[in-house]
Amino acid sequence: MASPDGVTVSDSHVGKKKKLAARYWQESPQESKDENKDGKEGEPTEQAVQQEEQKAKKTKKRKQRDDQVDGKKFISGKTDPFPGPAPIPEDRLQKFKRKDKIQKPNRHYYKLKDMITRSEEASEMAQKQAARFDLLLPEDAGFLEGDEDEDTCIISQEDISDAVDISSGAKYFNFKLSQFGPYRVDYSKTGRHLLLGGRRGHVACMDWQSKQLMCEINVMESINDVKWLHSESMYAVAQKKWLYIYDSNGIELHCIRKFNDVLRMQFLPYHFLLATASATGFLQYLDVAVGKEVAAICTKTGRLDVMCQNPNNAIIHLGHPNGTVTLWSPNQKEALVKMLCHQGGVRSVSVDKTGTYMVTSGMDKKLKVYDIRAFKPLKSYFLPAGASCLSLSQRGLLSAATGDVVQVYRDVWSAAVTKPYMAHRVRGTVWDLRFCPFEDVLGVGHGEGFTSMLVPGAGEPNFDGLDANPYRSAKQRQEWEVKALLDKIQPELISLDPTELGQVDNAAFEQRHQDRVQALGFDPLAKERFVPKFKKKGRSSTGGVERRKKKVAHEDQRDLIKKTVEDKVKMEEEGKRMEKKKAMLSSQKSALDRFKK
Amino acid sequence: MVKVCKKTGNKKSSEMEETRVEYQAEEEEEEEDGADEELSSEEQDGGEDERKRRKLLEAISALGGKRKKPLGERSEAAVHMSEFTVSVEGEGDKMELSDLIGTAEKAPAVTAQSKKQLRNLQRSNRTVECPLSKQERERIQRDVAFQKAASEVSRWDSVITQNQRAEQLVFPLNQEPSGPKPMERVVMGWKARTPLEQEVFALLTANKQPVTDPILTPAEEASVRAMSLEEAKVRRAELQKARALQSYYEAKARRERKIKSKKYHKVQNKAKRKEFLHQFEQMVQTDPAAALEQLQKMEVARMQERMSLKHQNSGKWAKSKAIMAKYDEGARKAMQQQLEVNKDLTQKMVTSLSNKEEEEEQEEEEGDSEMLPDFVNDAQRDASNPWMRGKLSEEPAEREEGDTAGGGGGEEEEKEEVVEEEADEAGEEALLREFDSRRKLRQAQESDAAAEEQELEEEEERVEELEQKVEEQKEEEQRVEEQKEEEQRVEEQKEEEQRVEEKEEEQRVEEKEEEQRVEEKEEEQRVEEQEEEQRVEEKEEEQRVEEKEEEQRVEEKEQEKEQKVEEQKEEEQRVEEKEEEQREEQEEEQREEQEEEQEQRVEEKEEEQREEQEEDDEAAAESSDREEESISEFRNLFHGLRKEAGSRDGSSPLEEGLIRIRTVEDVELLTQGDTSAPVEQPSASEPAPSAGQQAAKGRKRKKGIELKEVLTKETKVIKVPLAPTVADSDSSEEKLDQRGLIKEAFAGDDVISDFLRDKRRQEDAGKPRVVDLTLPGWGEWGGLGLKPSSRKRRRFRVKTAPPAPRKDQHLPSVIISEKRNSSISLHQVNSLPFPFENHSQFESAVRSPLGRTWNTERTVKKVTKPKVLTQLGAIIEPMAEEELVRDKKKASVGRSRRADSKKARL
Repeated sequence: MASPDGVTVSDSHVGKKKKLAARYWQESPQESKDENKDGKEGEPTEQAVQQEEQKAKKTKKRKQRDDQVDGKKFISGKTDPFPGPAPIPEDRLQKFKRKDKIQKPNRHYYKLKDMITRSEEASEMAQKQAARFDLLLPEDAGFLEGDEDEDTCIISQEDISDAVDISSGAKYFNFKLSQFGPYRVDYSKTGRHLLLGGRRGHVACMDWQSKQLMCEINVMESINDVKWLHSESMYAVAQKKWLYIYDSNGIELHCIRKFNDVLRMQFLPYHFLLATASATGFLQYLDVAVGKEVAAICTKTGRLDVMCQNPNNAIIHLGHPNGTVTLWSPNQKEALVKMLCHQGGVRSVSVDKTGTYMVTSGMDKKLKVYDIRAFKPLKSYFLPAGASCLSLSQRGLLSAATGDVVQVYRDVWSAAVTKPYMAHRVRGTVWDLRFCPFEDVLGVGHGEGFTSMLVPGAGEPNFDGLDANPYRSAKQRQEWEVKALLDKIQPELISLDPTELGQVDNAAFEQRHQDRVQALGFDPLAKERFVPKFKKKGRSSTGGVERRKKKVAHEDQRDLIKKTVEDKVKMEEEGKRMEKKKAMLSSQKSALDRFKK
Repeated sequence: MVKVCKKTGNKKSSEMEETRVEYQAEEEEEEEDGADEELSSEEQDGGEDERKRRKLLEAISALGGKRKKPLGERSEAAVHMSEFTVSVEGEGDKMELSDLIGTAEKAPAVTAQSKKQLRNLQRSNRTVECPLSKQERERIQRDVAFQKAASEVSRWDSVITQNQRAEQLVFPLNQEPSGPKPMERVVMGWKARTPLEQEVFALLTANKQPVTDPILTPAEEASVRAMSLEEAKVRRAELQKARALQSYYEAKARRERKIKSKKYHKVQNKAKRKEFLHQFEQMVQTDPAAALEQLQKMEVARMQERMSLKHQNSGKWAKSKAIMAKYDEGARKAMQQQLEVNKDLTQKMVTSLSNKEEEEEQEEEEGDSEMLPDFVNDAQRDASNPWMRGKLSEEPAEREEGDTAGGGGGEEEEKEEVVEEEADEAGEEALLREFDSRRKLRQAQESDAAAEEQELEEEEERVEELEQKVEEQKEEEQRVEEQKEEEQRVEEQKEEEQRVEEKEEEQRVEEKEEEQRVEEKEEEQRVEEQEEEQRVEEKEEEQRVEEKEEEQRVEEKEQEKEQKVEEQKEEEQRVEEKEEEQREEQEEEQREEQEEEQEQRVEEKEEEQREEQEEDDEAAAESSDREEESISEFRNLFHGLRKEAGSRDGSSPLEEGLIRIRTVEDVELLTQGDTSAPVEQPSASEPAPSAGQQAAKGRKRKKGIELKEVLTKETKVIKVPLAPTVADSDSSEEKLDQRGLIKEAFAGDDVISDFLRDKRRQEDAGKPRVVDLTLPGWGEWGGLGLKPSSRKRRRFRVKTAPPAPRKDQHLPSVIISEKRNSSISLHQVNSLPFPFENHSQFESAVRSPLGRTWNTERTVKKVTKPKVLTQLGAIIEPMAEEELVRDKKKASVGRSRRADSKKARL
């Protein structure tokens, strides 16, 4: 190679290494330092920590100064006009904030202190990094803007579809399916697939963007609801009597006889639970991963035809004809919360993506917005004709159906709305409404078929490719399925407050023991009951048996009493000792104490 | 004759103390007496004969019948016999040094130097010390070795703690540096291929730039890695020092070991003690903390001494001495000495540092034994002395001890005295307390004068308010009276008004007539006809109005009352505002509240009246009073709702007036006066709720949620451009008729009452039950129809503590289940993990997620960093000492550098 050996040898004999000129193929020390610094913003490297530990404060200060000087200079000799890492906007940081800082303990709890500083560092780094990476979500949600003195609600769908590009314009379409009655609609989690269920038995699933029909069947029974399961390969259909599960080819996979008279269904994607509400007042949970019924709760509130889920904590909301909305989890046989929302019956309920707001509509023709975290009413609107169906989009647009008119509202919870954002008249009475995830599309199932509406600004523009990827391939879907199954959350963890799991359970021992007994089905700490042995030759007479029992019982009692007495004595002694100690401590007083105040 | 020597010695000195001579036969005592000296000399030559003779004697004595156990014979020579009968047997044979040297002096071959040495040796009386015993030597060695090992191990302490605290440990320790590698190693099997590379290398070679780092040969690396000279020197020095220390230690121990003299030890000990005391005194001045420690140590020693029986003359030796003491002066002395030692050791140290404590303790003791000087007590009684005001509290423990120890009559007296003193003290204390409290009061007054003034003002204001309230009440009463009067007046007024209106109309008509007359005469007839018709109509109307008045009097009166009340109040407000501009807003709010309440009360009254009327119609009647109240409240709300409904546009099917339909005539009237009544109604009733709402806004967020707001929250009417052409499917399917619709609208009442009932039930279920444990017939007569007395029942009623406030306490329209979620508790942490002190710390440490779903990749890597990182396949060797040395050297270098820099700065 190109290196003359002599040079190295002669150099190496010198004990000290002379400083080398910086070369481009080497990683310049500057850069490495920068890296260090970059790491330091969240994590001081181990070396740095050690160095810092070794050196006293003064040197530390000097070092920092050196760093600053280093940071300002490049190899070229120019100074960095923007030293240090790029600043992050405060509001963006706030967006990713997860917790407040804890007060650190005093010095001698060094272990705790270390732990707290570490966790704080990590959380801060996570926050900063997330805020930094927020830059990588470049897409903006669209919106609809009218001319001057023009309400956006007057703009017709045809105008919109004409104005937008062809591919988006193609998302406005109508299916004229007048034969099989009003349709219920469901989009898959990725928003790619559409499931239609006609009241008179027509089921069709398709890739709605390419209009490619996956299957179309008629179950020859009335259909109450349809729902996609975790992926687009399976869906559940609530038919007249039982609940059925079909695959995407229309092949019946299961008929679940345990679930009868189902009227509404919700699928909890992270728990793999299919929650069903039936005409008999039962709320049932089916674990679709293992095919087991997790819970069946008799709500005792009659026919359940209003249902929605809170995507934030997987709580099921049910609306009732007496104007109440009840919240349910599979772990409790009674409603977690019962709120009186309307004077008349509740017609529809919807909860937004963040689990903050709940929108309800009732027979009293009102539309109400609640802060579901505090159960407090925020806004109340009067709709002249009342809203039969409600649906909230990912970006917080609310669609309400009154008769054959679909209205879309914006910011129902922050500002008082007087006019709808958009309105559209469909052919028949609206039966079901559903926003398509990640698309500016509202699917409307009605008496005359299905209408796909364009609603600018409805869908989330930035999707999480690892969670719900609209463009995933079959292979990716398979991988995702495995991963999702591994990450499946157990139904026991569903609770009103999702952070409850991270809290310390400060229930008493008795309470916990009770829980344990309930979970196990027996008391592990229970004493064995004494069963006297059977003796022959008439020695096992009833009286004798009783006597023997009594004897044992007395013995046990004696033991117990002895123990309690011992405990008592011990406690007393302890108390005495403490008293004495106190007295000793307090008695160390001199005659001069009287001069003290 | 046989002598048997028995050795008994002290444990410490192992010195021969006593020798006893026993004689075999008593009869031979006289013979023996003088022969002691001879014996030794005789033994040598006539040993044989002696033995024979003894045997003979034994045989003779055996003949006498007395059986005596033959004593064993001891043939070895004893060096020391006794203190008294000195017999040094080997005296003559002892080798002297001079004997040996003598030959050397004679011999000419020995050098002068060695001769000198030898002479020196001879002159000096020192004998060569014999080596220590094996055990002792080993003990010393062990001691030194332990210290050494301990110091060596403690050198690692910092490393250990560092590793324990480190976030991550990477093994093996001395890995290859991750920095730039020498080109040679990297370039192995790699060639410059691309033209750029070739060009670069050509350039490098042309300029004679080193392509490789100045790298060391393996041998050099090895030499570098080996111990450096400096390190070796350090190590050697360490070893030398250790060796020297050991030898010193040994020598010292040996010397001390050798000394047997009791006196020496005594003196030494004394000297030590003195020195120690001296040191201690010094320490008291220089380093009080250490002195205290020393003091404590001494205290501990004292305690040990007190606890042990070491110098209490209870040992074996002491017991033997005690026997001897009767006769032996020395023994007595020794015992005395022992006791003195004990006394010395158990005495307390008195130093300047502990003087205070000493004094305190002494005084305590004195106090115990009633030795406090009188003047102290006198001073105590002197209340005027500000220094004496402090409280001397009792020492319960001391008293207790005194009590327990006390047995005699004298102590009882003492007790009495104590009691007396206590009483005195109690009196004094009371006085003192009074003074104290007064002083505090004065201070408080001085400091809070301003505040008090404010308070006074506030009080005055309150008084004023109260007066105003009283006045208002009076006014209200007046108003009520007035209203009653006014009701009558109103009727009259109305009639008058109607009359006036009629007249006006007539006038107008007349005017018109005049005009018309001017214009056309033909129309006069028509006009007259019209007039007539109008009159007829007016009469009819009058009749109708009267009827209405009669029938709707109650409602109208009430409405008018409201109106008037409001008007009056407004007037009053205006007047008051003029009069009292300084008044605060709060008071106004309070007044408003009161007014509101009054309004509500009025409304409630109305409602109740209506209810009473309605109750005839309604078959179902719930009995509980509370429910009625709540229902009435909700009725109120609903009242507002219906008003809203009234104000809605025509599309609402719930459009309805507020006219009560009580008679058949009313039904008839409803159709006729449909337009007039609803118009009147809202105008009359609207201002009240609006005022209430304004007031509510003013009070803004004082309470969580008002019951009213839940359902009657002001609703925004949304205008929709497109009206639905198709009716709702639900309604189309289940065609609801008008009646059904009304029913549905009024279902609100039931809904609310049902909900309230449900909520109350839940609350009651959560409340703890009162357990009644009364047993009838105990302590009194029992039986049918006899109830246990209320006193007894009250006594045996067990009340439990009230439960924690419900979560839905402030949410009237919400029922939150208080049931525990037991399923999640199985997964929760139920006891705080180790280093955490409280829940919030742990919870916040756990809060932020770790997974990839919520974090960026780098964060995940940092958060899930393994505690120990090992290289696959690498041998992890224990940490070598060199690294420690290296660390130290680094540190020392750093320190020296710092020192240098300091110097430079100076």
